[in-house]
Amino acid sequence: MDADLKALRWRCRRGTRELDQLLGWWLEVRYPHAPADLRTGFGGLLEAQDPDLWDWLLGRGQPDDANQARVIHEIRTRDRV
Amino acid sequence: MSAYKIQTHEFDMVVVGAGGAGLRATFGLASKGLKTVCITKVFPTRSHTVAAQGGISAALGNMGEDDWRYHYFDTIKGSDWLGDQDAIEYMCKEAPAAIIELEHYGVPFSRTDEGKIYQRPFGGMTTRYGEGPPAERTCAAADRTGHAMLHTLYQQALAHDAQFMIEYFALDLIWDQQGACCGVLALDMAEGTLHLFRGQGTVLATGGYGRAYFSATSAHTCTGDGGGLALRSGLAMQDMEFVQFHPTGIYGAGCLITEGVRGEGGILRNSSGERFMERYAPHYKDLASRDVVSRSMTIEIREGRGVGEHKDHLLLDLTHLGPEVIHEKLPGIAESARIFANVDVSRQPIPVLPTVHYNMGGIPTNYHGEVVQRVGDDPDHVVPGLYAIGEAACVSVHGANRLGSNSLLDLVVFGRSVANRCAQTIKPGAAHRKLADDACDKALANLDRLRNANGGTPTAAIRLNMQRTMQSDAAVFRTSKTLSEGCQKMAEVFASFEDVKVSDRSLVWNSDLIETYELQNLLYNAVATITSAEQRKESRGAHAHEDFPERDDANWQKHTLVKVDEKGKASFEFRPVHMFTLTDDVGVVPPKKRVY
Repeated sequence: MDADLKALRWRCRRGTRELDQLLGWWLEVRYPHAPADLRTGFGGLLEAQDPDLWDWLLGRGQPDDANQARVIHEIRTRDRV
Repeated sequence: MSAYKIQTHEFDMVVVGAGGAGLRATFGLASKGLKTVCITKVFPTRSHTVAAQGGISAALGNMGEDDWRYHYFDTIKGSDWLGDQDAIEYMCKEAPAAIIELEHYGVPFSRTDEGKIYQRPFGGMTTRYGEGPPAERTCAAADRTGHAMLHTLYQQALAHDAQFMIEYFALDLIWDQQGACCGVLALDMAEGTLHLFRGQGTVLATGGYGRAYFSATSAHTCTGDGGGLALRSGLAMQDMEFVQFHPTGIYGAGCLITEGVRGEGGILRNSSGERFMERYAPHYKDLASRDVVSRSMTIEIREGRGVGEHKDHLLLDLTHLGPEVIHEKLPGIAESARIFANVDVSRQPIPVLPTVHYNMGGIPTNYHGEVVQRVGDDPDHVVPGLYAIGEAACVSVHGANRLGSNSLLDLVVFGRSVANRCAQTIKPGAAHRKLADDACDKALANLDRLRNANGGTPTAAIRLNMQRTMQSDAAVFRTSKTLSEGCQKMAEVFASFEDVKVSDRSLVWNSDLIETYELQNLLYNAVATITSAEQRKESRGAHAHEDFPERDDANWQKHTLVKVDEKGKASFEFRPVHMFTLTDDVGVVPPKKRVY
């Protein structure tokens, strides 16, 4: 596993169990097959503030960046955790 | 151990952890002119304090009658008379000033129409020494209280030139030969380099160890690192048997439905739709304190009145509140329930279950945040150079059971207190204590062993064994038999760590190694918890023992001190509960039966 992916894995550690589960799901299930622009979007999301992430995941607004918004959409429309 | 190169950095104060307590201490210490570094394994605003949505308590009296003495009484009663009354007096009396201070620093508290800080009721918070109506005492910044506090305190700390070492993992405490703590050896996770942070004082603000259990509301990062560091240094932890279960974790997911939901009128129901809390706590009903509600729920389930296919959970009903109240007062709850339970709260109740939520036990301290140990006849011996605050510590203001919204208060008040204390006792720029050449050898030997661990059991497998053992044998209901079996099983799990396998040999972003360190920390905490529970032959607060259902003040109104040796063997001593106050502003509250 390369260092970048290992760093992403660590940064999926968030302040809440809820975000740990939802972001961890994308990294485990989607990241391996995701195109480069979505991976970039995911990396950008990990820099966001936890309450903003939580709002976006709950459908209250969305990130400005289109790739970030697509990742949020994928998590929101996944099968339940 | 010369194979490992260590860079040394000298500070006046080293803070480990950047949650609410760590940031409040870092900011306070820096603002007092002490050169301060804060070491944190995750970015500060991603600490678990983020999850504290409910609020922070203080007897401001903005919504009606209140007095800090009522808060003091409630906290002592909530603690089931295991809390130290001097520390509780200090916390409740300081609370209003601490809140106003936060407001001035920039925490955007929700307001009433008149512009005062809005306050809501919370379980266990009452007026007139438990005789009056529920107190409206809990302040909140919408549903972002924890994050708003972290953000504000982080900005304040940066403004006062505190340094942050982010994504550094604390490996071990470093001691001199006289038994004074001299700092922390840490790993820079991104670079894979080792750093010794020397401090005249070291503050552990590392949070709780919820991940020792299978079902917990805690984020992945809550691995009791401070407790692990302290226990591996041979220090005793205090009152580890007291683990709080949150009554309303979402069934199957562990995610939390805040107690504020019941404050706003949410009702717990059993399989026949009955509001069963009326039977257990006739006066305060669903607003009784957490242990009372969790225990009542467990009894309902055990007596066959649970819901679902396995009759193993209960329902939290908000349907009568109406969509407007839910939307305005409890934003996020509806969506949270939809995502994790697939429930529309305006039409359906939420499936819930008591879930591990908070550790009352921790590193024993006095109300200055100085770590204390029993040495001979002295139960209050101060350990030089070491401090602990927040959930990592046991001050003890929460005793056998914490009241909701008292934890954010604990962080702020004692984070501030430790800074005030160090401003008095530590001289900026003073010379550091002399360290022996081999002072880091034990820490390096542990690092070397874990990084090269080539046994047969992956870290995740040992962790799961520990979590299942703690969940089945050290949860809400405890009997002599289950605790004794649990101690045996935990001893085996602890021993299995000798056989741990770490596959990644690198030092750069080695999450396998970090998780193994975290597991080691959790194992020490877990053994301390289950063995402490086994030896306490009474029921008090969160420790409900079926074979000893009554509180036994004559024999057990005392703090448990537990040490865990390298083989996982626990030994016990005790400290008296402080049944005295700091001033004459308030009297000692003698023990009485705790009914709500």
